[in-house]
Amino acid sequence: MKYLLMIYENEKAFESLPEADIQRVMGEYATFTEALHTSGNFIAGEELEPTAAATTVRIRDGKRLTTDGPFAETREQLGGFYLVDARDLDEAIGIASRIPSARHGSIEVRPVREFTPPEA
Amino acid sequence: MTDPATILERVHREDYGRLVATLIRALDGDFGAAEEVVQEAFAAALAQWPREGVPREPAAWLMRAARNKAVDRVRRGARLDARVGELEVVARIEQALAPLPDGAEWQAVPDDSLRLLFTCCHPALSSESQVALALRCLCGLTTEEIARAFLVSPATLAQRLVRAQRKIRTARIPYVVPAPDALAERTESVLHTLYLVFSEGYAATDGPELLRVDLCEEALRLARWARSLLPRDAEVASLRALMLLHHARRRARVAADGGLVLLDRQDRALWDQGQMAEGLTELEAALAMGARGAYTVQAAIAALHAQAPRAEDTDWAQIASLYERLCVLTPGPVVALNHAAAVAMARGPEHGLALVDDLEASGRLADYHLLPAARADLLRRLGRKEEAVEAYRRALAWVRTAPERHFLEARLRELGVE
Repeated sequence: MKYLLMIYENEKAFESLPEADIQRVMGEYATFTEALHTSGNFIAGEELEPTAAATTVRIRDGKRLTTDGPFAETREQLGGFYLVDARDLDEAIGIASRIPSARHGSIEVRPVREFTPPEA
Repeated sequence: MTDPATILERVHREDYGRLVATLIRALDGDFGAAEEVVQEAFAAALAQWPREGVPREPAAWLMRAARNKAVDRVRRGARLDARVGELEVVARIEQALAPLPDGAEWQAVPDDSLRLLFTCCHPALSSESQVALALRCLCGLTTEEIARAFLVSPATLAQRLVRAQRKIRTARIPYVVPAPDALAERTESVLHTLYLVFSEGYAATDGPELLRVDLCEEALRLARWARSLLPRDAEVASLRALMLLHHARRRARVAADGGLVLLDRQDRALWDQGQMAEGLTELEAALAMGARGAYTVQAAIAALHAQAPRAEDTDWAQIASLYERLCVLTPGPVVALNHAAAVAMARGPEHGLALVDDLEASGRLADYHLLPAARADLLRRLGRKEEAVEAYRRALAWVRTAPERHFLEARLRELGVE
């Protein structure tokens, strides 16, 4: 079963870390991602650019409205994700708890909806 | 006891949870489907038994009926979803439910109930759903009974249960006893659930009976397993001590006419000495492990009662100070009421009454019958008869179990009121 692990973090706090700390966290991420490949859980995973680079699009009354920034103002921002294959929620929670950002940010674990193909 | 409906009711009370627990495993963790097939089996029994007679092993009959319905269900489902190998699924059901020779008594795999308990207490479910789900699936309480225990409407509770079952299915919460490293995270809610199951049995919120011994025993059975799973957890030992010390008094709590007998009037010879001793040993073990939590304090209170040879020997001063600590650990109106009652015993009814009046003024127990009942008792002891009668009448207006009603009516008669 597929789970999307969404990494939420205070990006301002992360950006203000000393360079050495950022390097250390990046190293932890590399090790973690490598382990996910080895265990066979990895499907996809990316780090996102900060929300300053974000644009929100919506269509209202048939008109497109494009605005700067993310849709919601929150303390923590979506900074990256992993798409993993896990046996059940407990395995997915186990993986999420090893993501380096789990120690200061939070990881939302969401099952990916599976569509049953229509009967042949 | 040959009336099929009566027997069915008893089996429902005693075996519902274990039937559901086994079926959930067979149906690969599908709570909703398991409940449905067990309910279908009960419906079939209700239709068949009056015509064909009650089978010799009613629970085994229901297990077979539920299994057949589960197999039918999987066959129907497998036709709809070609990706699932039908034979494979049916084989798994057959294996999970183990072939039952005719007439053999059905026995649940002990692990099933524990698995069910831990799944219900998964931290991915909201805490109110956890307990509701456990009471529904494990103990077979009706949605109405649970709703009353939680003081919410049946519709709200039903919605909560549906949402929890849907999350178990869509997020795929596994139907297992968690690995040792994940146990700690779940212990608290497992203990809380067991505590509520026991409490519901110890003082049923509704119905003709005051005690639901079956619920108490189910909680004790699960607490013993939890204890062997977590031998070094002080709170588990405390909770088990608490349950044993209370359950040991069960025979003395209900009179021959079904009425309630309060602690001070109980025949202490009816207390189960073996269970008391086991409870005290558990409490010592818990204290040796450094237990200081709410279950420990409650067990210590029960132990002080257990150790008094006669009611008048009770160490009320110490009990009052333990309740004071409990008010800090788990603040709540019910604990406050118990504290007031202990203070009344230790220092005199007028001191208790002052605390009860404070509680009433706070308005936190607006429709709780034990508040006027406690007030009435203190007023009676202070010789303020008319106020006592009025308080007993208010308690009677809110009381829900028949034995408690009889108890209050008897107290009113003692005051010369019909």
